[in-house]
Amino acid sequence: MVIYGVAILAVCMIVGMLLGEWLGIAIGVEANVGGVGIAMLILIIVIDRLKISNRLSEPTQMGLGFWNAMYIPIVVAMAANQNVVAALDGGPLAIVTGIAVVVISFLAVPLVSRIGKEKSESIDEGGRPL
Amino acid sequence: MIESIENVLVGNGLIFGFAIVGAIMVIAYALSKYATRGLVHGSSIAILLGLVLAYIGGRLTGGENGLSDVSLFAGISLLGGGMMRDFAIVATAFGADFREIKRAGVTGVLALVLGIFLSFTIGVVFALMFGYTDAVSLTTIGAGATTYIVGPVTGAAIGASSEVIAISIAAGLVKAILTMALTPFLGKYIGLDNPRSAMVFGGLLGTTSGVAGGLAALNPKLVPYGAVTATFYTGLGCLLGPSVLYMMMRLIFGG
Repeated sequence: MVIYGVAILAVCMIVGMLLGEWLGIAIGVEANVGGVGIAMLILIIVIDRLKISNRLSEPTQMGLGFWNAMYIPIVVAMAANQNVVAALDGGPLAIVTGIAVVVISFLAVPLVSRIGKEKSESIDEGGRPL
Repeated sequence: MIESIENVLVGNGLIFGFAIVGAIMVIAYALSKYATRGLVHGSSIAILLGLVLAYIGGRLTGGENGLSDVSLFAGISLLGGGMMRDFAIVATAFGADFREIKRAGVTGVLALVLGIFLSFTIGVVFALMFGYTDAVSLTTIGAGATTYIVGPVTGAAIGASSEVIAISIAAGLVKAILTMALTPFLGKYIGLDNPRSAMVFGGLLGTTSGVAGGLAALNPKLVPYGAVTATFYTGLGCLLGPSVLYMMMRLIFGG
């Protein structure tokens, strides 16, 4: 049933948020620490287990897939809620940061790709030190 | 007559919110297709339109919650509120396959971790240059430089101001749009022609819509490889942002 997928999602989120709350208390931060991230990790493991045991039916996947697909629309609604006026008054920080991040990340792609390749090639060449 | 329309729309705020966002998506995808010839992904334009509407709402009402401060559009705050936002983010993990993650291997994971720290550091450096000195704002803007989801999730968790959260979203948005727009042109210069570099690319850039949109325009076959790592980026960022990264910033800048 579709609700099974939605319920799996809901339980993963509740458990993740709860663990996030406890983690926050444990490390002394007055906040939910990584609850969303923990929920995602739980969901991935749960989905994997269900797929392996062939218990993830088509309707269940529809329940999960619907909310997966609602991600962008909800982000759009979230964007419409933001204090953009204040952000723009805050200056061109966002634009400059965005540009710098993309340029530097692009430049890092060939470098990081090479790290992996050199490792495998060094094995082919009899472990010659890099 | 007018009053009854208003009553129905306000009384069914969340439902009206679905309709509004649907309308924004239609306009955004039409603009993507006809105005940019598919160069800028529809979702990016939709988010931009959302920010523009938030700007208009903010200017009209002087409030802090964008479009939802206009009473007619209050339902948008339900759809775009924290609960729905987090729920949809968790749901994106459904797109990640555990075996594909294993296949992505060490290089992908390395790129993923490097990517988050690299983007975060750049964000923090620019936030410092623009005069922010408190750990909460620096962490939030640094997190926004990773993705436009990690920024607000981190900011909400550690209590950043709405203004700083909006900057972090805007920074992530600029990143997503530029990634989509530049990848088709610059992809060949950074060796983006094989699964390995696509996984590294997804891990370093991390913006799922940017990576998926950019790779789709460059070479559709590379999309799953880039998405495999990128799908994890936001989750990992949401995990690290309010915890490890915030702790680091508190150690360095106090708080």
